[in-house]
Amino acid sequence: MAEVALVEVSKSFGAVEAVRDLSLSIANGEFVVLLGPTGAGKTTILRLIAGLERPDRGNVVIQGRDVTSEVPAERDVAFVFQQYSLYPHLTVYDNLAFPLRSPARRMDEKTIRRRVQQVSELLHIEHKLANRATALSGGEMQRVAIGRALVREPAVYLMDEPLSSLDAKLRAELRLELKRIQRELGTTVLYVTHDQIEAMTMADRIGVMGEGVLIQLGTPREIYERPNSAYVASRLGTPAINLIPAELLRSDRMPREARTAGLRTEHIKISSADRPGPLAQVHWVEHLGDQNHVHLKLATHSLVTLADPVQELKAGDQVSLEFTEPLYFDQAGNRVGTDGAGRRA
Amino acid sequence: MAEIKVEHVAKTFGSFAAVKGANFTVDHGSFFVILGPSGCGKTTTLRMMAGLELPTSGRILLDGEDVTALPASARDIAFVFQLFALYPHMNVRQNIAFPLRCQNYPRAEIRRSVEETARLLRIDHLLDRRVGGLSGGDRQRVALGRAIVRRPKAFLMDEPLGALDSEFRRLMCGELRELHDRIDATTVYITHDQLEAMAMADRIAIMNQGRVEQIGTPQEIYDRPNTMFAADFIGAPPMSFLGVEGSLRRGDRSIRIDGVPVEMPEVFEDRAEGKFALGVRPENVSFADSSQLRGRVIGAEYLGTTQIVTVTTANGQVKARLPSANAVRVGEQVGLALRPDRLSLFDANSGQALPSALSARGRHG
Repeated sequence: MAEVALVEVSKSFGAVEAVRDLSLSIANGEFVVLLGPTGAGKTTILRLIAGLERPDRGNVVIQGRDVTSEVPAERDVAFVFQQYSLYPHLTVYDNLAFPLRSPARRMDEKTIRRRVQQVSELLHIEHKLANRATALSGGEMQRVAIGRALVREPAVYLMDEPLSSLDAKLRAELRLELKRIQRELGTTVLYVTHDQIEAMTMADRIGVMGEGVLIQLGTPREIYERPNSAYVASRLGTPAINLIPAELLRSDRMPREARTAGLRTEHIKISSADRPGPLAQVHWVEHLGDQNHVHLKLATHSLVTLADPVQELKAGDQVSLEFTEPLYFDQAGNRVGTDGAGRRA
Repeated sequence: MAEIKVEHVAKTFGSFAAVKGANFTVDHGSFFVILGPSGCGKTTTLRMMAGLELPTSGRILLDGEDVTALPASARDIAFVFQLFALYPHMNVRQNIAFPLRCQNYPRAEIRRSVEETARLLRIDHLLDRRVGGLSGGDRQRVALGRAIVRRPKAFLMDEPLGALDSEFRRLMCGELRELHDRIDATTVYITHDQLEAMAMADRIAIMNQGRVEQIGTPQEIYDRPNTMFAADFIGAPPMSFLGVEGSLRRGDRSIRIDGVPVEMPEVFEDRAEGKFALGVRPENVSFADSSQLRGRVIGAEYLGTTQIVTVTTANGQVKARLPSANAVRVGEQVGLALRPDRLSLFDANSGQALPSALSARGRHG
């Protein structure tokens, strides 16, 4: 059953169309990530579901009930914002208990204590319950903020870049934690981010957004391997997909309407210059620790690909390239032809 | 350009030792990053270099001159905080000119310096615009312009990109490094973000609990970490550690993990019976059916080209970076092969790396 559904929803702010005729359905227990750059309309969607904005057209349905005209408090949702907003004068315990102490819930202190304890253990902050909220590190504060949403058991959690203010290491840890908690509790999550790693590692399905439109919706693997456009292809992958004029490939298996070829690391094979194939020059090798990026010059175009750890390349080297099953895009940027597994675009 | 020497500098606040004997040199024209978690003493170290704190002991030399006791204003250094505070009622030109006007520079010189700075940052076409209408990137460039217009000997930057979202942060990393190269500056940059450090630094100093754990190029620290802390702090995902008990003889080239011999770089020291940790980076782990080192797959994170597979073994968790094309099932038993020449061995109690053929490779080039 769909836990949350948007049906042909549009929303404008003045002359800006933030969300255009968008439909999206999230199943019970599903983790859906909306991925897109700033201004794509991701946050507006969360706010429409939460009831913080009213759509100009269309409906919002939560657990089969049309909530379009309901105020936020009547909707069964919990919102986690990018910036943690805790009550600084309260302890961690009281911050976590706060949403449960609402008079509307009439929850007894014993039940509250059990919930708070449970959630604090999930988030590994049980030893900090007596601390003042301000006496925590940034990562701990954000965990408390997430915990405050988790103590309730709403129909859906709406999360707006909850990890983006944390440092890389903590972000990686909490990413795994959040996914684990979601799986253990079987909760439904709609999560917004512009971080492709978060999207790929946490999502059951990713919705790629651009300019208020949901451009493609699918599993991380579908989005990565079978993007429907050059725009979607560019959103995923490190290093980013190389988009070059298709004629440079000189391939006879290229679809007639192809104008641009999309080459990911796995589509590019580097061998010594005496092998057949287009010649390129190694421009430089960028050492990023685990991932070393090779920057190649092919005619006047730059290609960036992952270095094979056993292949020793250095700036100035001449190499021969072989392209296997690249992606092709037409004039408008839509994908044409088949992918590596022979599936049609 | 300047060379900055930090000699045995320590700082205590009451009974709390914030910095314990920091000792390093920032070379002329280099981009030096101090990396560590919050509370490790990196900001205190930078503030002492800037003259905003007085060291409890030790010396700070700027181009050979002892500046330890000089106040910030008497050192030719620019301190850059988070890069977003601009004066909204002033235009771009006035914002960049502000530090020079405060020091009563002659008008013609201000004009020349501001225009030159704007050209360097490629915002010369925006000089007469109000800062309110600028894009985020251009605002950051104006803020940078204000920091560099004085042309100090060195820039000290305290998490200048901390307030930006991650996508924009990556873009500004590239720009900062490029700017550094163009103006031949000496830069000391503080961050807790290892990706920023790896992307920008000529050399990194990793700090932990007031101590400098390791100084080296990003690749050196990544390939040959001195301590388990450094190994864990750099790399995404970080290095995995397998717990081992036993003794070691000088010249050993393998270690037994639960009776299974695992090849590793030659050890240069005798060690009595004790606890050790064998460290391996995810890209140096592969699956091999024939390997006796067994584990069970407990998770796979799909990343497009590659995937990170987490395997639990009797001796600890190991993360492997494998091509996404390899089919991996959660719950399956696998054999692990570790690339022998890339393994680090640590004393599990002290966290220090044992001297080995791996650490020696760094010293002899």
